[in-house]
Amino acid sequence: MAAAAAVPGRARRGTPMYSKELTSKKRDEFEDILEERRLSSDLRYAMKCYTPVIYKGLSPCKPNAIKTAVLQSEQVQYVIKQLAKEMGESPDIIQEEATEILDEMGHSMQLGAVRFFAFTLSKIFKQLFQRVCVNEEGMQRLQHAIQEHPVVLLPSHRSYVDFLMLSYLLYTYDLALPVIAAGIDFLGMKIVGELLRRAGAFFMRRSFGGNRLYWAVFAEYVKTMLRNGYAPIEFFLEGTRSRTAKTLTPKFGLLSIVMEPFFKREVFDTYLVPISISYERILEESLYAYELLGVPKPKESTSGLLKARRILSDNFGTIHIYVGQPVSLRTLASGRINLCPYNLVPRHLPQKPSEDIQEFVSDVAYKMELLQIENMVLSPWVLVAAVLLQNLPAMDFELLIEKTLWLKGLTQTFGGFIEWPDNLCAKKAVMSALALHSNIARLVNGHVVLNDKGEEDGAVGEIVFKRALAILMCGTYRNQLLNVFVRPSLVALALQMTRSFRKEEVYSCFSILRDVFSDEFIFFPGISLKDFEEGCFLLTKCDAIQTTQQEIYPTDKGSVIVSFLSAMFRPFVEGYQLIFRYLSKETKEAFTEKQFVPGVRNFVFQLLEKGNTQCYEALSSDMQKNALAALVQLGAVKKKKMSNGFTYNVNQEAVNKILDVFDARIPVQKPVAARL
Amino acid sequence: MDGGIMTQNSYSIRRVKQNLQEKENACAYIINMHKVCRCTQYRLGGMVLPTFKEWIEKTFGASLEHKTTSRASLNVNDVPPSIVNEEFLQDLRATNISYSQDAEDRVFRAHGHCLHEIFVLREGMFKRIPDIVVWPVCHEDVVKIVELACKHNLCIIPFGGGTSVSSALECPEEEKRTIVSLDTSQMNRILWIDEKNLTACVEAGIVGQDLEKQLGESGFCTGHEPDSMEFSSLGGWVATRASGMKKNIYGNIEDLVIHIKMVTPRGIVEKNCQVPRMSTGPDIHHFIMGSEGTLGVVTEVTIKIRPLPEYQKYGSVVFPNFERGVACLREVAKQRCAPASIRLVDNAQFQFGHALKPQVASIFTSFLDGLKKFYITKFKGFDPNILCVATLLFEGDREKVLQHEKQVYDIATKFGGLAAGEDNGQRGYMLTFVIAYIRDLGLDYYVIGESFETSVPWDRVLDLCRNVKERIVRECKEKGVQFAPFSTCRVTQTYDAGACVYFYFAFNYRGISDPIHVYEEIERAAREEILANGGSLSHHHGVGKLRKRWMKESISDVGLGMLRSVKEYVDPSNIFGNKNLL
Repeated sequence: MAAAAAVPGRARRGTPMYSKELTSKKRDEFEDILEERRLSSDLRYAMKCYTPVIYKGLSPCKPNAIKTAVLQSEQVQYVIKQLAKEMGESPDIIQEEATEILDEMGHSMQLGAVRFFAFTLSKIFKQLFQRVCVNEEGMQRLQHAIQEHPVVLLPSHRSYVDFLMLSYLLYTYDLALPVIAAGIDFLGMKIVGELLRRAGAFFMRRSFGGNRLYWAVFAEYVKTMLRNGYAPIEFFLEGTRSRTAKTLTPKFGLLSIVMEPFFKREVFDTYLVPISISYERILEESLYAYELLGVPKPKESTSGLLKARRILSDNFGTIHIYVGQPVSLRTLASGRINLCPYNLVPRHLPQKPSEDIQEFVSDVAYKMELLQIENMVLSPWVLVAAVLLQNLPAMDFELLIEKTLWLKGLTQTFGGFIEWPDNLCAKKAVMSALALHSNIARLVNGHVVLNDKGEEDGAVGEIVFKRALAILMCGTYRNQLLNVFVRPSLVALALQMTRSFRKEEVYSCFSILRDVFSDEFIFFPGISLKDFEEGCFLLTKCDAIQTTQQEIYPTDKGSVIVSFLSAMFRPFVEGYQLIFRYLSKETKEAFTEKQFVPGVRNFVFQLLEKGNTQCYEALSSDMQKNALAALVQLGAVKKKKMSNGFTYNVNQEAVNKILDVFDARIPVQKPVAARL
Repeated sequence: MDGGIMTQNSYSIRRVKQNLQEKENACAYIINMHKVCRCTQYRLGGMVLPTFKEWIEKTFGASLEHKTTSRASLNVNDVPPSIVNEEFLQDLRATNISYSQDAEDRVFRAHGHCLHEIFVLREGMFKRIPDIVVWPVCHEDVVKIVELACKHNLCIIPFGGGTSVSSALECPEEEKRTIVSLDTSQMNRILWIDEKNLTACVEAGIVGQDLEKQLGESGFCTGHEPDSMEFSSLGGWVATRASGMKKNIYGNIEDLVIHIKMVTPRGIVEKNCQVPRMSTGPDIHHFIMGSEGTLGVVTEVTIKIRPLPEYQKYGSVVFPNFERGVACLREVAKQRCAPASIRLVDNAQFQFGHALKPQVASIFTSFLDGLKKFYITKFKGFDPNILCVATLLFEGDREKVLQHEKQVYDIATKFGGLAAGEDNGQRGYMLTFVIAYIRDLGLDYYVIGESFETSVPWDRVLDLCRNVKERIVRECKEKGVQFAPFSTCRVTQTYDAGACVYFYFAFNYRGISDPIHVYEEIERAAREEILANGGSLSHHHGVGKLRKRWMKESISDVGLGMLRSVKEYVDPSNIFGNKNLL
């Protein structure tokens, strides 16, 4: 019995499902929920009898009763007393503060507001979208889950439409409406903020790490709703909308809050439900591209929203919502964590989670994101974008169709979830994709070209900017493929970079790439070797490589695939190279992120203007920040907390070393423990 | 509260010894499925249980047509042979201590009352059983036996009442030496009673019931009443850190014991005086209490006694739900006004108790019952599928009892409780004795069940109860049990800082090929759930071999090392080799 406990944590990890199991996996069918809306009265729909299924252990209470319960909870009272003692203030004053926090934060869900949304959203969604497709089996599973245990909904986050759509969906299917963790910025919007609050949104400040009272009140608020089974709790693991349509690395704070009641056994179990929401065309696509290029995001305001009305006349295609299998937290935790620390301290005391708990939370977060990725629907346009970006500035239409079809097959081999509209033939599908995205690319004389022309006589800078905008927008769609392709592609890249067939060397390069790109793509922590094997397996499956005990060879036929895959990721390799180069040459002193992003942007911009690089994607602030974060993690950049935020210090030598690997100047070092 | 009692439908018959006749009477208990109880010992005797059959069928999906049969008698050929070295036998004969190598005697002492043990008795045979049984009659006999065991390198397993529910009596399969079962049942005298200090010195083999009866003749009692008291022995209580139903007045065994004499391979361990408390380093009694037969044999115990209480009164309170009930018990504990016993049973157990309600004598009582039910469910709005019941036992002089009673009922009222009469209370206590018999009966109808217990801080009681019950239901489902199990609990003891919780769990195993294995897996899962919920490994059943695997996480590596080093010093050759605990 002692031996079992001594097995190191890594070996016991619940690693993600990989393709070997995936190929046989059958996914649910989709239903279009707008179809019914187009046929019957929205008003009647909004006023329908709404009696949702609820949690079996629910003790019904009003939003205000929850607030009172939170305020009077031992947890919050404890922190209030502590703070009062430390600051020499009267507890009443701090209690008052806590009340204010709660009033700012708390939702006040009302059926009236819900019905209002049901009505207006019906109107809006029908305008904006052709179809909203949902896997009904997923909804049924969710319905069961909601009755059984507290439920946490974990949707992907690509657009503000996400949470509106999800609540709309649950209302349509007569399920308990979720309470949603929303950014406090929404409160800046007149009326809309309050409306959202009444529809079940609660608001969290963007950062409150240092504020113990806020943390205590917030955590207790969320946990109270969870424990009571008041409503499903919904939040975004990614923390914010992904501007690149690439899944962002997870944030752990809220996840660890919702997991705590289970760790403390205040609930028997908690269901985590990954939800993948895929947009054929993202509402905010151009806003994102501007933002990535450093044109600031407009503040949430009601007038801004009203201005955005004009998009109502536009067509945004189909939305696919895939509600994943509810994952039992209890099953995930089984045999993994030692609960002793929770047994030895009263449960209402704030307690820093132990290391194995933190590791577990992080593992769960990644697992959930991988599940989201697995069920993201890929539209034909995603394939078109990926092909197009490798064939700029213009591509023969027929060739594009051929290549798109080829990529479709490859994507499916890699486990990608493609929905081909109505079994259209390839040509029609590509045509309709181009029609939907005519703002990005169009057909000119049998060739497809990007819409990257500014005003004809624009300055050089203007041309570069316009081009970057088009490429980033197009990239947003290609990006949706990346997390499906990342493992085989990094193997392909490593094969090219090492110029060796020795498995050991390829793996070593793969594992460096994986580390460097750890913030760019989603990798389950600590399973580099398994990822490598997965990549090799997929490449073997599509006959791109052959492997022996010691070596990996691209096959004759496979060189097309290998070069396509590495070309797909080439912008990232080159982009990171530029960013590293900037860091190793241009930064001598400590800098902040606010200095770094414009600095590297100017650096790249100048190179682009001079024509010294073609890597427009390096202008993306997302890529820049990810690269910096990766270097911090690799120890090549030191991050220091200062009174006004973080500053960074570059270790030139370390950065150069990584740069060398990228430039493929020297052979990659052998890792110490490559078990091959 | 060990679930233990002799299984009537198994073949084991205790070898006839002096006081056997009395025992046999105690065991003469059969529930006949035609709803008639022929038991005279409990108040159910001779009455008709009109709803019991229905309850069994509803709860377990058990049908009375499907019956298993246990073997009528022991097949001597199945029994492992007795291997005893002749030199030892010669030495043993010289001591004049009676012994036996008879198969039935040996099998009888090869087990306690765990479900799997009972199952083996019904359907198979133990792999290893004692080779010889010895019956010392006094402390000196024990000294001689232990000396002989050291001389011949034998293994001794002390045997008291045989009511262990922790696999503590099972012989380690890999034990190659001769195993001597040391039966203490003949050391059953009260050596003296000291009325000035209110203590009595008693031989350790005395059975609880006899102890209370004999002390009662002099107007005293110990007040220690574990549920197993009909069979369990004083020495067994000490060896397992037993707890009694009325511990609120009299204390648990560690509060009751004044002095212990124990024979170990190193010699005799005892103190130089019999005092209420002493500061002489760690209390050596605490090495002995809970040592589960791994260090030696307890031979004589000086125990506190009290004058017999003048007045006893049962009571009961109905609560609208379990949460309110627990809150009330917590408040009672907080005000330190717990009666001799206070227990809270959940709804499932309340319904079980209800099923055991005898057919009432007259139309009038039946009418009254109906009226009561109407008042509670309709007038007070209690949901009969949610409400729960606390049972109470008050003890002391009459006036104080009545005063005490009022205090407790006043608290109960604050938590929505309604007094529900003496009868319900009394039946509640009867239930805990009867339930063990019912388990044996269930075996005939494909129903297996067991009880287990834990202690837990007050703030976690509700979560623990809910989660453990839910875990049992879940595990049963996963393991292919076709009918939802009977999974129920009661808060059975209250303390300042927490409570003792007792679970019953039973299921219908029709259609399962290896029910014992399934049962053990579920029990193990339930125990892990308890530990994850901040409960203890055991409140009073002990560890034995059944719960050994969790000892390390329960008391830490160093803690385990401390216990091991004591064992190593006291018993270096592992004469007391029952392999319990460590």
